[in-house]
Amino acid sequence: MEELLQHLINGLSLGSIYSLIALGYTMVYGILQMINFAHSEVYMMGAFFAYYSAKLLKLENSPSFTTLLIILFITMAMCSLLALSIEKFAYRPLRKQPKLNVLITAIGVSLFLQYVAQIIFGADPKVFPTLINDQLLFEVAGVPVKSFDVTILGVSVTAMFALHFLVYHTKLGQAMRAVSHSPAVASILGINVSRTIAFTFVAGSSLAGIGSILVGIKYQKIEPMMGTMIGLKAFVAAVLGGIGSIAGAVVGGLVLGVSEVLVVVYGSSQYRDALAFGILIFILLFKPAGIFGKNTIEKV
Amino acid sequence: MKTFKIPIVASLVIILIAGSVGMLANSYIQLILLFLFVNSIMGMSLNLINGYTGQFSLGHAGFIAIGAYFTSIISTSVPFPSGLGALPVAGFITIGSGLVAGLVGYFVGLPSLRLKGDYLAIVTLGFGEIIRVSLNNIPFFGGAIGISNIPSFPELNFGGFIIDRFLVALIFATFWAVTCFFFIWRLLNSSPGRGFLSVREDEIAAEAMGINTTKMKVQAFVISSFFAGVAGSLYAYFTNYVSPASFTFLMSIDAVIMVVLGGMGSMTGCLASAFFITLLPEILRSLKDYTYGIDLRMVIYSLALILIMILRPQGLFGEKEIFHHWRKNDKSTT
Repeated sequence: MEELLQHLINGLSLGSIYSLIALGYTMVYGILQMINFAHSEVYMMGAFFAYYSAKLLKLENSPSFTTLLIILFITMAMCSLLALSIEKFAYRPLRKQPKLNVLITAIGVSLFLQYVAQIIFGADPKVFPTLINDQLLFEVAGVPVKSFDVTILGVSVTAMFALHFLVYHTKLGQAMRAVSHSPAVASILGINVSRTIAFTFVAGSSLAGIGSILVGIKYQKIEPMMGTMIGLKAFVAAVLGGIGSIAGAVVGGLVLGVSEVLVVVYGSSQYRDALAFGILIFILLFKPAGIFGKNTIEKV
Repeated sequence: MKTFKIPIVASLVIILIAGSVGMLANSYIQLILLFLFVNSIMGMSLNLINGYTGQFSLGHAGFIAIGAYFTSIISTSVPFPSGLGALPVAGFITIGSGLVAGLVGYFVGLPSLRLKGDYLAIVTLGFGEIIRVSLNNIPFFGGAIGISNIPSFPELNFGGFIIDRFLVALIFATFWAVTCFFFIWRLLNSSPGRGFLSVREDEIAAEAMGINTTKMKVQAFVISSFFAGVAGSLYAYFTNYVSPASFTFLMSIDAVIMVVLGGMGSMTGCLASAFFITLLPEILRSLKDYTYGIDLRMVIYSLALILIMILRPQGLFGEKEIFHHWRKNDKSTT
């Protein structure tokens, strides 16, 4: 029982990271109807931005709450800049092209960032700086709760609430929802569609930046190929929850995280990556709209 | 130029050119020459789905892996005849590899081809990865070590007149490449082939014309998987060694780049880019001393993908074929 509780805490902290990244996929899909394959690479670059900014500011050995905040903000800003330039140079010229072309471009951008990162940062893994001390905070029913997991859950829940506030209680969020509903009508009503799309990329990639720091804290190892698998899993989480739905991405991420930890503990760790694809195939065959998604009818 | 459209003439010309180049060069160049054929079949088969039927598959490496493993297992467990008997045996094993890959393609394609665009890409990617992970974890397939010592083609001896090992392999590869080319080529000019094209152009309109779009997609997928299995079989014969690490996502990306670069829906364009994709890593290998040992291949591929999509979305050849330019008098080249 205590063991199970421990695994659930692990699963929730892993799942909340998936949720953060899945939110980026789901927001871009909601507004552009495209899968932003490069999102996982923005996340990977975020980890390296955090690594190098901590090094440059000489903060890698002073774990504290302020350190975490400083690195978080720098990484969010850098990730946003990266995503903005990807949007401007790769996606914007193709906005009126068929979806297949955008998909191929997205795969191209993703591969490009992956291999350029290998050239710049080197292919070998790096040790992520300690931004927060790993210590025992308190015990729940005999299960130790560590500061890592609390930080991860705390930061991701805060970020999700901030996103919720942005989307549902600000003018910008209203514009985002309008554009995702119908770009043509939104632009007639005086909404700057391009700028709204750019802001969506900023919001999504900031969350990916946060996610990368949390993964760095949890696993303490970063490498240029780290984005591929976690990106695919986050995408599965977004599809599981219903792509385009913000609540769906959060729920999908948590479900995926918990089930993955359970498969590793009670099944075989070799199939942990196959699990995500299994879930994806299952959900696409039986409920393609996902848990929270709405079924859409295609009209001629 | 019309004579090149006769399969036997085309095969003879290919064997003559590639054979004379190969006989003058060392075994390294010979292997590259043989890989031109493997990659061409890989590209042409993917072109049938991605280019002509308009369904985006990202899991081609999985089917190639199935073909390669089938060939490896059969030819390491059954004694391989020496002499002229080797060719028909190898031919049957290759057909078997294609059939197994086609069968798996049927079971993968039937459910996943209900999906469209991005989702289909991800699901096929997922199936490709599942195939690789399974090969990696099942002891019967040799696990991560793979299968080695796959017999290669023997020398042929016609009463003193010896045909080199390389030439035998080349004849075998040419046979399959030419078969693949003309099969797909003639298929596309037939009624089912027009069905494939109509699915790409407008699915709803095709359905309204009475075309069973799901059947068309599954047919294209099975044929494509068959030839992917053939490519895998050739791969196993030429390298004599297979392991799951050879059939990663990057191999699927290679195939996709062949299709996209050459033009989605152009056989000769696809062949041209298959040549490019095979030769580029070899050229870059010699440049490695100047780039501090960094492999620039993937950077070039990815940049090529982005730039082609932005500047020339229909690919270098578009839907044209090289021989459209040979017909000087005929202006309507479609």
